[in-house]
Amino acid sequence: MKPAPFTRHVPRTVDEVVSALAEFAPLDGRILAGGQSLVPIMAFRMARPAHLIDINEVEGLDRLAVDGDYLSIGARVRHGAFHKPVIDGPLGKLLAFVVSHIAHYPIRMRGTFCGSLAHADPASEWCLVAATLDAQLVVKSVRGDRIVDVTDFLEGIMSTSLAEDEFLAEARLPLLPDDTKFGFYEFSRRAGDFAMSAALVTYRLVDGVITDACVGIGGAEDRARRIPEAENVLNGQAPSPELFVAAGEAAATAIEPLEDAQTTAEYRRDLVRAVTRRALERSTQ
Amino acid sequence: MSDKTDITLTINGQSHAIRVESRRTLADAIREDCGQTGTHIGCEHGVCGACTVLVNGEPVRSCLMFAQQADGKQIRTVEGLADGDEMHPMQRAFMENHGLQCGFCTPGFLMLAVGVLEREPDISDHDLIDVLSSNLCRCTGYQNIIKAVRAAAVEMRQS
Ligand SMILES: Cc1cc2nc3c(=O)[nH]c(=O)nc-3n(C[C@H](O)[C@H](O)[C@H](O)COP(=O)(O)OP(=O)(O)OC[C@H]3O[C@@H](n4cnc5c(N)ncnc54)[C@H](O)[C@@H]3O)c2cc1C
Ligand code: FES
Ligand code: FES
Repeated sequence: MKPAPFTRHVPRTVDEVVSALAEFAPLDGRILAGGQSLVPIMAFRMARPAHLIDINEVEGLDRLAVDGDYLSIGARVRHGAFHKPVIDGPLGKLLAFVVSHIAHYPIRMRGTFCGSLAHADPASEWCLVAATLDAQLVVKSVRGDRIVDVTDFLEGIMSTSLAEDEFLAEARLPLLPDDTKFGFYEFSRRAGDFAMSAALVTYRLVDGVITDACVGIGGAEDRARRIPEAENVLNGQAPSPELFVAAGEAAATAIEPLEDAQTTAEYRRDLVRAVTRRALERSTQ
Repeated sequence: MSDKTDITLTINGQSHAIRVESRRTLADAIREDCGQTGTHIGCEHGVCGACTVLVNGEPVRSCLMFAQQADGKQIRTVEGLADGDEMHPMQRAFMENHGLQCGFCTPGFLMLAVGVLEREPDISDHDLIDVLSSNLCRCTGYQNIIKAVRAAAVEMRQS
């Protein structure tokens, strides 16, 4: 199928992006980033935007750099930028491990980190990373800039708190302390498919005991989020196979599972139980 | 709305001055407007990889890019692999290892494999399998494609 006709706008600066959005969003306009979600949806005619504001020529949006205690990821930074660790330390390794689970190599050459967050697929790996690490999002419009916590940004299935005239200009991921341990595990039926459930865990060990545990679950609920019930099981305890099973159990109980034709609530809980435990096991390897 | 824009697609070093609507995908422009039908179109929504071409050296799905976005960029397609009558090592390896049957998926696999190996010559065999999982083949069962790409990888590293 072919996309329906639209008018393409090619701003060169962020100011031009937000003024184009202010002008064309009310006329059914939206951002075109990597196009790896939007163009398929347009090909199916599930979306027929009248205007696309193509950000691929905007200067500076490909910026990927450490600013103080966080990593800034501009709106044109592609998934493929993370194939090799972008910084020393656990955060660079974590991102390089996770990125290999997103779609396929050619799609990763085009798709963007920020586009994944704006698209807000519940199974998006980057949404899970952002949620687990408490990302902050820099949102711009002609009305001004705001910085939004990821918990206030992801609202549900393909739904965010971005207003129609707002542009997600940058995502900020807090740097992880050097002694941070992490583990990621995703279950999908075929390599490159969307996750049916995925878990990302990070924590530190102080005197052999877990502190600062973050347990994020994606693909199981309407949005990726941290699961405090599982984190409480881990904090203050020494890592052990039994503890990891208990954390998986806590996560499985805490979620409100998405159901679809292939996946019952019970099956989804079972997946969450397993991916949480396996992510924790990987954190010790 | 259906305004057309003049653009230049540079395919395998040759310039094609064409006039296309904004909704024209790069895949359609390569085939229909530039007459380079070696690039195949399967699913038109990013799943099969038949349409894979190199844009500025990066393997991409040409059905998920608009032609206007490739204006002025260097595009490489399967027609540009051979050097006259001399096949590219990747093409020869596909032939020698029976990496194709009907051949529909082959241009996409060739461009994918060549693109990745030019960018990452030392990629491991394990990571190559992950790369090749990007594209679909309904005939071969993949084993001979993997064999062909591994053989060509050895040759490409030596040259
Ligand atoms: C075969 C296939 C498999 C895939 N598998 C996976 C997978 O396993 N995991 C995964 O996470 N993704 C997967 N994807 C999707 C891919 O990762 C997309 O790149 C990503 O979801 C969206 O990023 P994009 O830059 O391509 O955005 P686009 O497709 O350009 O845009 C998506 C939406 O977000 C909006 N948007 C984009 N950027 C911004 C911004 N900066 N500010 C405001 N709005 C914005 C657009 O208007 C649009 O509505 C897959 C895609 C394909 C085709
Ligand atoms: S035709 Fe482009 S991926 Fe199938
Ligand atoms: S050779 Fe027929 S689809 Fe691959």
